[in-house]
Amino acid sequence: MPSAAGQTLRKVLAQSQKELLGDWLQGQLAASTLRSDLMKENELREQSRELLALLQTATQNGSLERIDGTDWTAVREFLARVSRSRAQQGFSSSDTATFVFSLKEPLFARLRADLGNDAQALADELWATGYLLDRLGLYTTEMYVKGREEVISRQQREMMELSTPVVQLWENILALPLIGTLDSERTQVVMESLLQKIVETGASIAIIDITGVPTVDTLVAQHLLKTVAAARLMGADCIISGIRPQIAQTIVHLGVNLSDVTTKASLADAFSIALKRTDANLSRYSGAAT
Amino acid sequence: MAVVHRSVLPIRSQEDIVRVRKATRESAVVQGFSLVEQTKIVTAASEIARNTLDYGGGGEVEVTLFSEPPRRGVRLVFSDKGPGIADIEQALKDGFTSGSGLGLGLSGAKRLSNEFSLQSKVGEGTQVTIARWR
Repeated sequence: MPSAAGQTLRKVLAQSQKELLGDWLQGQLAASTLRSDLMKENELREQSRELLALLQTATQNGSLERIDGTDWTAVREFLARVSRSRAQQGFSSSDTATFVFSLKEPLFARLRADLGNDAQALADELWATGYLLDRLGLYTTEMYVKGREEVISRQQREMMELSTPVVQLWENILALPLIGTLDSERTQVVMESLLQKIVETGASIAIIDITGVPTVDTLVAQHLLKTVAAARLMGADCIISGIRPQIAQTIVHLGVNLSDVTTKASLADAFSIALKRTDANLSRYSGAAT
Repeated sequence: MAVVHRSVLPIRSQEDIVRVRKATRESAVVQGFSLVEQTKIVTAASEIARNTLDYGGGGEVEVTLFSEPPRRGVRLVFSDKGPGIADIEQALKDGFTSGSGLGLGLSGAKRLSNEFSLQSKVGEGTQVTIARWR
């Protein structure tokens, strides 16, 4: 048995939906938060109409205190869809939640008109309705944030792949220019893509350039050493280039032993060594270019 | 010692370590550190921050910019409420690690800093202070 509070809300939603929609739209269109630059009026009208219709269905059977039940599934799905589309349209999270919260004013006015003389009942009804709309508004914000998080994590994955390009500099010579922070996850991607490229090209030398890595601490050094060791197991020698003076001093103080690895200050130096080691035939490539 | 600026950063995730490095570098730049000095304190901060996260289970760092003429510097106090370090002498030895790292983080950070101190109580936590000045 639904509690007494909510009866009037149900009645208003069922009987005065049209008037309610009119008042609500008027309020929304007059509000200073209206973003007519981002959204057409008829789209707003359609969304408002749909939410009221769904609310009516949900409140007929569903509880007003909890919106996680099956009665509320349609409303939740609708709000999730609205949040997503508004996030894409460029609305802020508070703009998006305001869509739900702005229903309070016309709804409260209807309840007051209906229950005018009964202060006790009106208070109960307002509390129940306010609580419900707060839940729905918060849910909308939650969905909005979730939509944003999905975008961020997708971009993160894309960035991770984009930021580890293995390029072929010459026959048998690969280069891996590293830029930014080398955390464990990214290093894993780096290592895999380098090893994969070694298999594909049969390269015998890989140059790992750390010019764009601002800090080389023991973890980064360890990752580099592991990558070098793995490449060596596959028959490719690694040269680490881009060791700037400050990095060289820091590595010495840290006590990291890079003496087993060929290191160079610049990518150009490393490339020159690699060409010598592979006995590269310079005339062949330059000949092809002319 | 005159404190110019003081701020506290949490160390709860890998991203926080990146933030600590960034804050340390910015502080070092404000204090007029050379590129080599900047890199040294940033690297030391990175080592200790990672220890705070990996071994201390997370914690925080207090970054202080200080000035005691003619010296200007950056002091970082890392604290966690982790399991603590039983044998500090061993922990500071090159190549010793209770995890899977190179075992050079603590000792390396000590060599990269002008000032280094480590207090730890088993079961209560660890506090590491590093500072560098110019």
